[in-house]
Amino acid sequence: MLREEDRVFTNLYGAGDWRLKGARSRGDWDNTKDLMAKGADWIIDEVKKSGLRGRGGAGFPTGLKWSFMPKEPDGRPHYLVVNADEGEPGTCKDRDVLRNEPHKLLEGCLLASLAMDAHLAYIYIRGEFHDEAERLEAAVEEAREAGLIGKDACGSGFEFDIRVHRGAGAYICGEETALLESLEGRKGMPRLKPPFPAGAGLYGCPTTVNNVESLAVVPDILRRGGSWFSALGRPNNAGTKIFCISGHVNDPCNVEEEMGIPLKELIEKHAGGVRGGWDKLLAVIPGGSSVPLIPKLVCDSVLMDFDSLVEVKSGLGTAAVIVMDKSTDIVAAIARLSKFYKHESCGQCTPCREGTGWMWRVMERLVTGDAGIKEIDLLLEVSHEIEGHTICALGDAAAWPVQGLIRHFRPELERRIEACKTAQAPAPAGTRAA
Amino acid sequence: MSGPTNPPANGADEAGPFAFTKANAALAEEIVGRYPEDREASAVMPLLDLAQRQNGGWLPPPAVAYVADYLGMPHIRVYEVVTFYSMFNLKPVGRNQVKVCTTTPCWLCGSAEVLDACRETLGIDLDETSEDGEFTLTEVECIGACVNAPVIQINDDYYEDLDGARTAALLDLLKKGEKPKPGSQTGRQCSAPVKGLATLISSGKMKGREGD
Repeated sequence: MLREEDRVFTNLYGAGDWRLKGARSRGDWDNTKDLMAKGADWIIDEVKKSGLRGRGGAGFPTGLKWSFMPKEPDGRPHYLVVNADEGEPGTCKDRDVLRNEPHKLLEGCLLASLAMDAHLAYIYIRGEFHDEAERLEAAVEEAREAGLIGKDACGSGFEFDIRVHRGAGAYICGEETALLESLEGRKGMPRLKPPFPAGAGLYGCPTTVNNVESLAVVPDILRRGGSWFSALGRPNNAGTKIFCISGHVNDPCNVEEEMGIPLKELIEKHAGGVRGGWDKLLAVIPGGSSVPLIPKLVCDSVLMDFDSLVEVKSGLGTAAVIVMDKSTDIVAAIARLSKFYKHESCGQCTPCREGTGWMWRVMERLVTGDAGIKEIDLLLEVSHEIEGHTICALGDAAAWPVQGLIRHFRPELERRIEACKTAQAPAPAGTRAA
Repeated sequence: MSGPTNPPANGADEAGPFAFTKANAALAEEIVGRYPEDREASAVMPLLDLAQRQNGGWLPPPAVAYVADYLGMPHIRVYEVVTFYSMFNLKPVGRNQVKVCTTTPCWLCGSAEVLDACRETLGIDLDETSEDGEFTLTEVECIGACVNAPVIQINDDYYEDLDGARTAALLDLLKKGEKPKPGSQTGRQCSAPVKGLATLISSGKMKGREGD
């Protein structure tokens, strides 16, 4: 279990003061100027050394991402854009950072921006997070008034400002290029890559988009050293992580833990265990709705990190653990996710626009078993036609939960189809004759 | 979607003109200033939100046109934005917009029961507005408070850790014109576990742990 002294988010639950005074008492904004004085290369090196991988779902190494920003100025401004458009079903970790630890995020923004020579950061926060956005704006104002950001951020001579931008309800804006489109005042439709944002992002300028949690751990990494962070967890899966444990557990909660904690330990230590005991577990979606579910047998021993979950054909995603016990109608649970992706598809790419609706309709029929046996394979085939054939990853995200269901619960789908057929079949000829 | 039977309590006449109030005009100017010069279009979402709030929760065509003209954008570009994002309403809505999350994490924890309680207490179905213009009931996709499931959002506020009875209780309060306290309806501290607090024990700030 994560040691108390290694914890980053000590005010995760908001028991303490979220304002600047409280944040400072927890060590935020402590000698930030000294960290800045060490320079951009040092910051990027430490973050690379820390092994930090993006906390928004894809797990791309953060330091490496930062190093893609152009080194030679060409007259275009650089931007840092913070992805606070949290909306992956199961995920509610950034919300806690935004409302209870906003200064960690702001300090992380400053340090990241110095490393990438960005003088302006936009924080794109989902529109539904109204109170969180107000707090964030208040925290930005506090930081400005205290001179931590502004013309002479922390007295370093570096000019830096942060602006908060609110979304208006569209899951797809969590995709980084859709987010940039939205920030520019358009529909949130993902852009074709390349060019990547580091080359041409916001307003055609070099841009890096980072998740809230990724940035919020940066000040601690720089203060304690990259090697401190990389020593936590496992190689290539380093650090601490906020897990969101929802669904059929006795005590659903968010918790910061060490990467690589066994799933069973995570659920039993922090979330009070599965409702009715571990043996009542049916399946877990371990990384937010986009990743394939894993059945109990896998849950018994799997570790919660990027590589371990890929090995079992799932993923860490946002580390949102959705627990389902044996009372769950597993087909309906996944069908509801299919409905979600159908609703959230931006409609730009045909395989996704048409495919998400098609998959949802088949899934709805599979809930009652009103389908042919061959439709299971057809559904699988169509899911593969969507996966990898769209501009962004929403197509993949819609396909994977369905693929996970078929991979692990095909007998259940077949059972429903058989049961439905039996119920609908006309009585056998013999009985009719009698 | 069925339209409301009455005009909204706080809505403008659909055909009437629209302009920002003096206070909102000042705010709009400040908002536009958050973006670089010649990038005024970036302000379209915040300005639509401002207009919608001024107009009782929805955007009649004159309001959309006003925002478009304000930013020098073709009207169709602004309509694209309005229709793309779920938080913009092109039809009048009730004074209280009750948004029930039914995505899988909430569904697993009883969102169906919560939705039924909303239907029963408010006497309306999904996408309907009550006759007195007080309530509009809608289903929303994941609103990102999954460890506090099931959750609903009423206007700007989240109500968490619900069940049927708690939902009915808070809607009854609203019907009486009182505002229920947002957040967890079981008194939980944000997303903290209720029973076994296995973490943050040394911070000394969690309930029951003062003075640790």
